[in-house]
Amino acid sequence: MAHAIASTGAGDLHAAAEHDHKPQGFVQRWLFATNHKDIGTLYLVFALVMFFVGGSLAMVIRAELFQPGLQIVHPEVFNQLTTMHALLMIFGAVMPAFVGLANWMVPMMIGAPDMALPRMNNWSFWILPAAFTLLLAPFVLFLLFGIGGGGPAGGWTLYPPLSLQGGDNVAFTIFAIHMMGISSIMGAINIIATILNMRAPGMDMLKMPVFVWSWLITAFLLIAVMPVLAGSVTMLLTDKYFGTSFFNAAGGGDPVMFQHIFWFFGHPEVYIMILPAFGVVSEIIPTFARKPLFGYRAMVYAIASIAFLSFIVWAHHMFTVGIPLGGELFFMYATMLIAIPTGIKVFNWAFTMWQSSMTFETPMLFAIGFVMMFTIGGFSGLMLAIVPADFQYQDTYFVVAHFHYVLVPGAVFAIMAATYFWLPKWTGRMYNETLGKWHFWLSTVFVNLLFFPQHFLGLAGMPRRIPDYNIVFADFNMWSSIGAFGFGLSQLLFAWMVFDVCVRKHGAKASAGVWEGSHGLEWTLSSPPPYHSFAVPPVIDGRMLAHGDISH
Amino acid sequence: MTATRLRLLRLIAVPVALVGSLAVSADPPVRWQLNMTEGASQASQSAHDLHMMTFLLCCAIGVIVYGMMFFSVWKFRKSKGAVPAKWSHNNMAEAVLTVVPALILMAMAWPATKVMLAAADTANSAMTIKITGYQWKWRYEYVGTPVSFFSSLKRDSAEARRLGSGIDPYAIDNYLLDVDHPLVLPADTKVRFVLTAEDVIHSWWVPELGWKQDAIPGIINDNWTRVSKPGIYRGQCAELCGKDHGFMPIVVEVKSQAEYAQWFADQQAAATPPAAVAAAAVAAAETTDLAAPAASQLN
Repeated sequence: MAHAIASTGAGDLHAAAEHDHKPQGFVQRWLFATNHKDIGTLYLVFALVMFFVGGSLAMVIRAELFQPGLQIVHPEVFNQLTTMHALLMIFGAVMPAFVGLANWMVPMMIGAPDMALPRMNNWSFWILPAAFTLLLAPFVLFLLFGIGGGGPAGGWTLYPPLSLQGGDNVAFTIFAIHMMGISSIMGAINIIATILNMRAPGMDMLKMPVFVWSWLITAFLLIAVMPVLAGSVTMLLTDKYFGTSFFNAAGGGDPVMFQHIFWFFGHPEVYIMILPAFGVVSEIIPTFARKPLFGYRAMVYAIASIAFLSFIVWAHHMFTVGIPLGGELFFMYATMLIAIPTGIKVFNWAFTMWQSSMTFETPMLFAIGFVMMFTIGGFSGLMLAIVPADFQYQDTYFVVAHFHYVLVPGAVFAIMAATYFWLPKWTGRMYNETLGKWHFWLSTVFVNLLFFPQHFLGLAGMPRRIPDYNIVFADFNMWSSIGAFGFGLSQLLFAWMVFDVCVRKHGAKASAGVWEGSHGLEWTLSSPPPYHSFAVPPVIDGRMLAHGDISH
Repeated sequence: MTATRLRLLRLIAVPVALVGSLAVSADPPVRWQLNMTEGASQASQSAHDLHMMTFLLCCAIGVIVYGMMFFSVWKFRKSKGAVPAKWSHNNMAEAVLTVVPALILMAMAWPATKVMLAAADTANSAMTIKITGYQWKWRYEYVGTPVSFFSSLKRDSAEARRLGSGIDPYAIDNYLLDVDHPLVLPADTKVRFVLTAEDVIHSWWVPELGWKQDAIPGIINDNWTRVSKPGIYRGQCAELCGKDHGFMPIVVEVKSQAEYAQWFADQQAAATPPAAVAAAAVAAAETTDLAAPAASQLN
């Protein structure tokens, strides 16, 4: 089906390129961008830049931890590095990357001409560079020019009273977080408005691609929790500068209250970073397995259940703060429940591959890698739920290994998979498949060398967020650092390939369908799609859709 | 049993035994330690047992999931002429995939709940230690007695850990895991801890005691332990508390009850001003030492 349309699309492509009314000039095209494809590109480029900035901080961290003793940075700088690494990767790399994917793909997947609120879309992107300039300013000024007291060093979780011991960076960080929150909320409103109002006739909710479903649910999570984060950091701000005592016990406040409020945001935030990844993988595996996604409805309900549960498990991040027994039991049980919908998802991906006909292009490699390595993070997550064992795991490298498994070979691999999957659609050119496979295998080997030994370190008793350690921890730390350097260097391959396709304009011409097994409205458009796609809503035939057959 | 199978068994058994022997030959943490310590207390034993139970269950589930996926990757390839099946859902499979994991989870939650109920009981302790976290040292107070002291990173580690110190960490005994004044506890005694902090949040963690507990300014948490085996148990602050977070270790020295009583008497004598000593000497002649809740008396 897709191929039939592709043949007509190729002829239209030339005509479309001349009559697309693309804004001329750099400022008009990008600064005043309202086109969902341009804004998607801006988000993805921004995320890639932040991925490398945050990644280079991780390289310094791992270089310091390469052997015992302090060789490179002072402990106070080390704490700034870990704090900034987390903030940059979470708010600068992973979240904007998924918003960029949503901007590009959601309208094309549901047959809409653009996002519902294009001018707000512009706003929600352009707040980000300003926010990150604010966030980075104290850190960069201190590090490069010796000005001021440095960036935030209390950890990305900003626990008071420690975070309030920072200097002016507290204000910078909090205002930056406010701006990121505003950006995220506007982005989320836009995605919800687009999905609920702009689907082409015939694109029923339960025919939508799982990626669209995952983003609809994620957007609701964002709207629910970003204001909670804003509230908690605003209380930090007034505690520091206006003499309030929300989190100061001496003034009648409670430092633990901050942790409750923060993690009420923080746990849904974790799923904000992983649900769109579930969506991406649910698009890719059926495509290369040439078989429909197993249990489409179960997959959608599982995402919704995970999203609901994310609101009632926050205190599992704080089992050691002294929660009453009843509370610990409740949060342990609720946390264990998440294993059920997550297990359904993993098994459904496995069933999708069962009796299929697979090929292993780079997006499929990254998607299978995602399922396998995300599952390792899922297993350690289940272990962390068991309260008495958590008393040993909490705040050790076991936790570091756990969340990096779900975020790096989890969320980041899904973003890589999505990029390889849709890059030919976006640019009309194929990436270099050989290099893509090299990128996958190098990343996979090194990411496991990087994070798997950290399980052992944590179980042996190494706390997280320390710049130096006893010599018994030296061996696995060295392995981990070697893995980190290898993983970091491997990502240069990815940057090169994207540069090669997008800027040097190399690569074979891509057809409209791109992949043999592709299904869905986006593949009915030419590659690259016209600047304004679906200006007239498409007439949908159930067979065009991945889930058009409503019997499943 | 064939020779091949024996060789295979040895392949697995030797590294396991090696790791096992490493783990028992010295006090944890040890080099190449892979697993959580069984520790020296009921809490650490329970934590280890629950950890192993969950881990092995995850391994079993992993064999099924990864087995399915690797088999699919090997078998259902287009290059091998695989033809995709048409089916795309199965309500029975979904129901099984919901119910079976739920049952497994209940089986895991049950022993965990029992352990938590048992661990929650801090009553009937023989003595109480108040632990206060400071940036970046610990203070231990033997509640109800004049004995109290600060415990901070030992000087040789403190010098070696400075940026560019030129001192080799391998040359320092228990680098970063040694203190000037360890916390001394009696063996076979239920000791209750109350924890708080003076400045920011810290977390008191000795893996062989089986738990960590946050020390939070303005809040008092409590926990307890009972260690049967005398020995030296090492840990570290586990909650980021500023620039020297990595440099506030914890050392607990568990002595036999007799040695502890001796140690405590010495500490008490040192902590009591000379005038009070004279008065106490008179009092001691007629009454037992009320101030010392030594384990030998209360147990």
